[in-house]
Amino acid sequence: MEKDRREFLKIGGISVLGLSALPVFQALAQEKGPRYKPDPKALKGAQWAMIVDMKKCWEQQDKRQCRDCILACHKIHNVPDIPDQKREIKWIWLEEYKHAFPDQAHEYAPEKVKENPFMLLCNHCSNPPCVRVCPTKATFKRKPDGIVMMDFHRCIGCRYCMAGCPYGARSFNWGDPRPYLKPEDINMTYPTRRKGVVEKCTFCYERIDEGLQPACVEACKVKALIFGDITNPNSEVRKILSGHYSLRRKIELGTGPNVYYLI
Amino acid sequence: MLEKALKGGQKYWSLLLGLAILSGIGFACFMLQLNQGLRITGMSRDVSWGFYIAQFTFLVGVAASAVMVVLPYYLHHVKEFGRITILGEFLAVSAVTMCLLFIVVDLGQPMRLLNVLLHPTPNSILFWDMVVLNGYLFLNAVIGWTVLSAERKEMPPPKWVKPLIYVSIPWAVSIHTVTAFLYAGLPGRHFWLTAIMAARFLASAFASGPSLLILLSFLIRKRTNFDPGTAAIEKLSKIVTYAMITSVFFLLLEVFTAFYSKIPGHMHGFIYQFAGYEGHAELVPFMWLSVILSVTALILLIPPQFRNNEKLLKIACITVFFGLYLEKGVGLVVTGFIPNVFDKVTPYIPTVPELAITLGVWATGFLIMAILYKVAIGVKEEIRA
Amino acid sequence: MYDAKKIVPGILIFVVLFTFPLWSNMGKAAPAPKPELPKTEKVCVMDTAYMKTEHMVLLNQWRDLVVRDANRLWVGPDGKEHFMSLQNSCMKCHSSKVKFCDQCHNYAGVKPYCWQCHIEPKENM
Repeated sequence: MEKDRREFLKIGGISVLGLSALPVFQALAQEKGPRYKPDPKALKGAQWAMIVDMKKCWEQQDKRQCRDCILACHKIHNVPDIPDQKREIKWIWLEEYKHAFPDQAHEYAPEKVKENPFMLLCNHCSNPPCVRVCPTKATFKRKPDGIVMMDFHRCIGCRYCMAGCPYGARSFNWGDPRPYLKPEDINMTYPTRRKGVVEKCTFCYERIDEGLQPACVEACKVKALIFGDITNPNSEVRKILSGHYSLRRKIELGTGPNVYYLI
Repeated sequence: MLEKALKGGQKYWSLLLGLAILSGIGFACFMLQLNQGLRITGMSRDVSWGFYIAQFTFLVGVAASAVMVVLPYYLHHVKEFGRITILGEFLAVSAVTMCLLFIVVDLGQPMRLLNVLLHPTPNSILFWDMVVLNGYLFLNAVIGWTVLSAERKEMPPPKWVKPLIYVSIPWAVSIHTVTAFLYAGLPGRHFWLTAIMAARFLASAFASGPSLLILLSFLIRKRTNFDPGTAAIEKLSKIVTYAMITSVFFLLLEVFTAFYSKIPGHMHGFIYQFAGYEGHAELVPFMWLSVILSVTALILLIPPQFRNNEKLLKIACITVFFGLYLEKGVGLVVTGFIPNVFDKVTPYIPTVPELAITLGVWATGFLIMAILYKVAIGVKEEIRA
Repeated sequence: MYDAKKIVPGILIFVVLFTFPLWSNMGKAAPAPKPELPKTEKVCVMDTAYMKTEHMVLLNQWRDLVVRDANRLWVGPDGKEHFMSLQNSCMKCHSSKVKFCDQCHNYAGVKPYCWQCHIEPKENM
């Protein structure tokens, strides 16, 4: 009697387990061969980098208060326009010389440099502190091309990455961002974010994976933004860097920023 | 044993009711925060961690301090602490609970909390903090409860508890070390980027935790039939004294490095705290109050004749606790963000709902502590009777 | 039995409360959901039976494939390639969230949080 009951429980337990695993088996049985692949048009590089030619940029800023890249980026990615500076969300933005380069700015720099703002964005570091500190891998460095990515689905909103980033490139959604988007301006092909997650520039991974240049690069009419693979000696970025002296932000921290500035 | 918590006088029940009301108000405000997002707090793009994380940091210290009674008792057979190890362990349980609650209320997406387990990330210090804090909570709850049950039956505690007790000693050190690493490993936050952060945290923990324990012991002696013992309090006061000296010494080491090296990033945090920076001086009164309290504490603690005077010791413990609270629970976290990475100042002032949630978490912790202490004291009184 | 006067009514109250959903909905069967299928396409990215029960698993898999592993294309059961995107593929065929997604989700009482970020197509009603 005792033994029978034990047997019954054993068989019963195994059957329940088996039944509950059935959908999984069915799903696996359907997987014949690779069912997914990258877009063959996708741009390929080992470490994307960007050059910001401030001379060209400032000319346009002077001429027509140009904000083309910011407007293009923020429109394409549904970045909300939040008036409160403490809560604003920025993927690419302007910042004065002494704030962009607090470690090397000095008062005797040319007026032009001191007075005109620099274009800042995520540096897509080679050695990103934000990725190192993230407890869920919601922010991670894409292995094939070095983009510092954000997986908005996974972010728990602990904001450790914001403490870790020395470039102020990360913004948190302190509230629901949608009320700050104009309904007529919403890009229906890209999501918004929800409250409680961190966001930042992703180097337009969604465009790169379809073979397009980042939105800001495409929007810049004077080619002040140049995008390319820094590991490829024949790339345009490498050719420019070997011909001009360039600056990067806070290199002494060892993060290996991949955005270069020409002045 | 829990039935001991159900039998109490009117004062006990009104204490529980008061704490429950405070935590209820905090919970209501947390509901508001869940609905509205963290914009109901005073935090911003630039000061992205505020009061919640600061409380968490301070309370990790209080939790870690249980080791200051457990270690002497179990490793050095300091008999005087036998009566109060349970108080240390239950204090740790309630403090760690508060720590975990403060992390939860700080999250932007608390529903996704379990992502930390679903996608374990060993390179993140926050992942390790989750591991050590939960482990420490488990250890203290199990050890405290088991030892107390055995004591009630007037039997020696079961053998399997011993190894857990030995593990809990280095574990206590680990919770505060890992919490210090949260800050001390970030490039570009000069105020936090210091190798003695963990040592500073431990020193201040071993002063603030035991001073709270002394105050609680006095309270218990006055209100119940259980006497934690003058000898234990005396020993604890010595621990507080040395830890407080070390804590102040470590802080002065930071001040020296910052101001002798004259590296701007290292000085700016201290300048903001004590003199104000670029026209912002929100923390100045609090930080000077912290200095005054700490100096008073040292004056009252160092001479044995002051320290052994119970009235003065009480004042000393209050000054230690609040002095360190202001340093860690108010100053340390916020100053790491001021000035920000652009060398600009965005001040931070917590909002009313933020303070209500904070108070609610403290009330919840003290509610747990009141119940656990009631059980422990009930058992002690029962044995004596 | 001790305190039978308290226990028996207590149990009764508990049973009544516990079964509340059952008897309050008695005889009022909700109509079965009728999600509207697209008229232009016959085959989805997986067969219908799988999509009915496992579409949420597939969407989770897609989001990792796209966001984390840089994949873009999905091969359907008929060999046709689909762009992996909720907003730009799924909702191109199933062009009404109200007539498709909400039908079953409302019936089952689930509220997927997809739409807190992903933008639903404009409804032509």
